[in-house]
Amino acid sequence: MSGFDLSAILTNPEYISMLLHGIEMTFIIYIGSWTLAMTLAILLLALRVSPLRIGEPIVAAYVSYHRNVPTLVQLMLWYFGIFTLMPQGLSDWLANNNAEAIFAVIGLGLCQAAYFSEDLRSGLRSVSPGQMEAAQALGHGYASAMRFVIMPQGVRNALPPLINHSVSLFKNSSLAIVIGAPELTHAVKEIENISFRTFEIYMIGTVTYLFFSLIIMGIGAYIAMRADPARRARA
Amino acid sequence: MIHDFIAIIQDYWLLLLIGQYPNGPLGGLANTLILSALAIAFAFPVSILMALARLSKWWFLRWPMTALVYVTRGVPLLMLILWCYFVIPLWTGADVPSFLIMLVTLVIYQGAFLSEVVRAGIVSLGQGQMDAARALGHGYMGAMRFVILPQALYNMIPSMISTFVSTIKDTTLGYVINVPDLTFAASQVNNQLLTQPFQVFLILAVVYYILCWSLTYVANSVERRIARRRAGPRNPRLPAEAAPLKTITEQL
Repeated sequence: MSGFDLSAILTNPEYISMLLHGIEMTFIIYIGSWTLAMTLAILLLALRVSPLRIGEPIVAAYVSYHRNVPTLVQLMLWYFGIFTLMPQGLSDWLANNNAEAIFAVIGLGLCQAAYFSEDLRSGLRSVSPGQMEAAQALGHGYASAMRFVIMPQGVRNALPPLINHSVSLFKNSSLAIVIGAPELTHAVKEIENISFRTFEIYMIGTVTYLFFSLIIMGIGAYIAMRADPARRARA
Repeated sequence: MIHDFIAIIQDYWLLLLIGQYPNGPLGGLANTLILSALAIAFAFPVSILMALARLSKWWFLRWPMTALVYVTRGVPLLMLILWCYFVIPLWTGADVPSFLIMLVTLVIYQGAFLSEVVRAGIVSLGQGQMDAARALGHGYMGAMRFVILPQALYNMIPSMISTFVSTIKDTTLGYVINVPDLTFAASQVNNQLLTQPFQVFLILAVVYYILCWSLTYVANSVERRIARRRAGPRNPRLPAEAAPLKTITEQL
């Protein structure tokens, strides 16, 4: 093996375009599954606090399944299992439209929704019931008390775990390689196979992941700082 | 459909349980459990050393450890596995079995995460414990050994169990470097049957679910017991008083 030489990869336009496509796909999967997860998490939370008796056990079962089965196994079940049970027309359509990426988004999103909904729930639970009573004593209705008093505090409490789990989701998007989605880790493996410069390309892949993870952590810290009431009072 | 499940389990339960053991390497559920247990057993002392290094007053211990923890938090486990898979045979010059590579990766990865738990446990005890121990004549190491760590580690037991659960879930990633674990066995079964992937992978999911759910259940009951003990005998009905340590574990 020749010496360490990053430029061998960074000056090759073919490798660069493979890397950029990988990063693009990683972000499509990440943003798609994050949006799906957050939407579902809010629905799950609404179902859980709703007066419907059936809501609670359904959400509890959903969360329990997605937290106790490894994400990789969930992805495999979706792609290798459920995909084959779908009606012919639908599976043909999926196969022609990048099924790997779609199932990565579905699998990761559904799994992450369980974590996000638990984060939001524990955030809301940490707001003391006195807040609701005080808001209602001041003339707020249930909905407006929720909107102006409970929710802002609850979401602020939920921010640190939400940020942690957003970073984990970004890292977990690399699992999509197992079902063959052409994301960043996939691109790294492919370039390794062509160029044999394992050390260099792993280094580039690692630094790229680390860079974006740190950016996500930074955005999270910024949002948490903006949401801090002590800072707003000073401003 | 139900018959398919029963038939698969009847035909392949031994493969899923121990892999091809008498005729080949140990695999299946047994290997998953051994791998996770070994990983956690090694990660535990490693994490204590890492936490002490991160709390050290010497920068040459503190900085590299902090960097290592941030790197492990920011890089996917998959990437770390690929690194070890490439680097370990290169350094040792030997043909290292994938089981050992996965073990090393998990020790580094979980060690970094557990070290955050240990550090939080030490910091949450407060400076007073250390001051009191020093006033009684302990040196720094003596105070750590006899006063700080026993308390911090006792409070950490629930986090340890949930780290064990996430380690079990992490072992599935060994699939990419062909570690013969439960997921590997299931995909072997799938390759032999070819026609029933949904049934095979659903069985796999159910086995993991039962395993992780029961361990999580144990972790929760231990956590309640510890919270009660920390609350003291005077008000055993107020476990909320002793704020439980936040469980910092990685999901996977």
